[in-house]
Amino acid sequence: MSAVIKRFPHRLDTRHGCVDMTHGSGGRAMAQLIEELFRKHLDNELLGQGNDQALFPVSAGRMVMSTDGHVISPLFFPGGDIGSLAVHGTINDVAMSGAKPLYLSAAFILEEGFPLADLDRIVISMATAASAAGVLVVTGDTKVVERGKGDGIFITTTGVGVVPEGIHISGDRARPGDAILVSGTMGDHGIAIMSSRENLQFEPRIKSDSAALHTLVAEMVNAVPDIHCLRDPTRGGLATTLNELAHQSGVGMRLNETDIPIDPAVTAACELLGLDPLYVANEGKLICICTAEDADRLLAVMQAHPQGRHAARIGEVVEDAHGFVQMETSFGGHRVIDWLAGEQLPRIC
Amino acid sequence: MKYVEEFRARDLAKKLARGIAREADTGRQYNIMEFCGGHTHAIFRYGVQDLMPANINFVHGPGCPVCVLPIGRIDNAIDLVERHDVILCTYGDMLRVPASGRKSLLKAKAGGADVRMVYSTLDALKIARDNPGREVVFFAIGFETTTPPTAVALRQVRTEGLRNFSVFCNHVLTPPAIRSILDTPDTRDSGSVHIDGFLGPSHVSSIIGSQPYEALATQYRKPVIIAGFEPLDVMQSTLMLIRQLNEGRHEVENEYTRVVTREGNRKAQQLVAEVFELRPTFEWRGLGLMPHSALQIREAYAEFNAERRFEVPTIQASDVKGCECPTILRGVKRPTDCKLFGTVCTPESPMGSCMVSSEGACAAYWSYGRMRMPNPVGANAESVA
Ligand code: SF4
Repeated sequence: MSAVIKRFPHRLDTRHGCVDMTHGSGGRAMAQLIEELFRKHLDNELLGQGNDQALFPVSAGRMVMSTDGHVISPLFFPGGDIGSLAVHGTINDVAMSGAKPLYLSAAFILEEGFPLADLDRIVISMATAASAAGVLVVTGDTKVVERGKGDGIFITTTGVGVVPEGIHISGDRARPGDAILVSGTMGDHGIAIMSSRENLQFEPRIKSDSAALHTLVAEMVNAVPDIHCLRDPTRGGLATTLNELAHQSGVGMRLNETDIPIDPAVTAACELLGLDPLYVANEGKLICICTAEDADRLLAVMQAHPQGRHAARIGEVVEDAHGFVQMETSFGGHRVIDWLAGEQLPRIC
Repeated sequence: MKYVEEFRARDLAKKLARGIAREADTGRQYNIMEFCGGHTHAIFRYGVQDLMPANINFVHGPGCPVCVLPIGRIDNAIDLVERHDVILCTYGDMLRVPASGRKSLLKAKAGGADVRMVYSTLDALKIARDNPGREVVFFAIGFETTTPPTAVALRQVRTEGLRNFSVFCNHVLTPPAIRSILDTPDTRDSGSVHIDGFLGPSHVSSIIGSQPYEALATQYRKPVIIAGFEPLDVMQSTLMLIRQLNEGRHEVENEYTRVVTREGNRKAQQLVAEVFELRPTFEWRGLGLMPHSALQIREAYAEFNAERRFEVPTIQASDVKGCECPTILRGVKRPTDCKLFGTVCTPESPMGSCMVSSEGACAAYWSYGRMRMPNPVGANAESVA
């Protein structure tokens, strides 16, 4: 005789609905959002525990943890969206220690009025990215802020991973004589974002390189456990990341401009916008510093991996009390590659 | 593909470098002013100086629109957005230029003023259309190359009747600035700067042609080469200048024949003339008040002139104490002669305009060339500011 009482009388309208304040209030609407959107797409055993925390066993050894807030405009861009970016970004931060990433958490700050259809699309994209990477989103949080107090959606992800025995990768381990490698072309992500933001159409269309790099890293550390430094040149691009590493290790660097891989379309776009591709962000590339003896072997391993097809050796670490990153230009002259000052802004004339 | 091109460029560069070394007379010094910041940038960006013999000296000129705008005009812009509550549309480079009282448009923006960075006049027009209830002012700066797009925008707003849009015009002209440099006492009398010849900006000449430099070259007996912005163009133009100097000629020559003609782009000139007229006088940072060195909006378009609409006053403001931008812009001093260079003043916390724009001499020295200094400020030195 007992009628089945549905928990939520109406299904979440992921076609025309919008986020409203009740979705963050802790009440029934929030429960429905979690169940019919987040959990629907991201489901796994740990998330399914339904507690405020995820419980999992830990292995012996060393773990790493990293967190990253994601704010981007536009939310959807050629080659990805804020969802895939939030997954890839944190996986990569974990992987740059040589670790195997295991679990992610995801916290969402949603602005009142944000279309549920967009949220759905973003969460599906996160789920796809996470499952492709073999990483689980095990816990999360949602808050809603009033209209005008957010920029649609912010996503913060935190990741944990385990570092294999015998791997000691750190930004302070670059030594004079070491080789500097990059896993592919520089500047794709930043130019993809900028061109979709400014409505500039470049032919051929430039796509973001957003990708998870942990399988590439796994093969690299497997081949050469003694990798000295790994870092992904995200904001500030190659130039800024190399300066960070030079600073941390107390060394200088010499690059060769002709060896730095840059997609000709990115070069052309940068020329048009008056930008320097060395300062433009990447989301699916890494910089690796290793001994000169290991360099060729490592390069071959990288080039054999889909994420490292265009890997190249671009320079070497040198002794330099001033800590300059210098480059021999394609022209045969020399210049400093400095830290990025402020934001890179397109030129006037 | 890329590699092939680059190797070719490198090869050509080497060839040109050999030519320059062969033809440059070792018994003399060649002081070449590259007028435009775009050239300064190319010279540093590609390390062109490294390929030149020691007796070739590039003197960096004032051709950086951000650098030469006097502080008073930036104060005016800040005033417009803070006091008149307009939406101010500006090119990105202007945001960080220090104004009076340690202010800048960027700081005004952080304080809540509605400053929007745009890439073109079209963006500014769109903002005006999207905000019919707000006054939108376009902060127009630049040399002859950026003037035609502003003229097009003004024509467009008049046709469209876009009443909430106006232009704060700061367009300046190249030839009078060169003349002024040759006329300043530093150059003329004391001989503290000696300039043998000029590299003129090709993009300016694609509009005005090469002809406006002719009288100047003859009168001051200084050769002018209209030079493209690729590093190979700079080198080729340098070689042409050396040849003229060796032969005692002082002509206007065009290296950039791929685009520039003697007459320039007549259509663009007509368009500019329809909308703008010469300003009786305009202040330039470093060069001071110069007659007929800038443009103002003609009476026919006066209703879209922000200076009229908001009664923009003339503000006399002085540069930060110790900042050598004015002398650097005249080619008298080098960035490294400034006591603030690299200590108080860096691209992160610029004290003067020459450190802001990537075309400014201080920024170029700091960002690309400082390893050449005798005691370089290290890459990771903390700025004391
Ligand atoms: S270094 Fe700074 S303070 Fe000195 S002249 Fe250049 S911009 Fe002005």
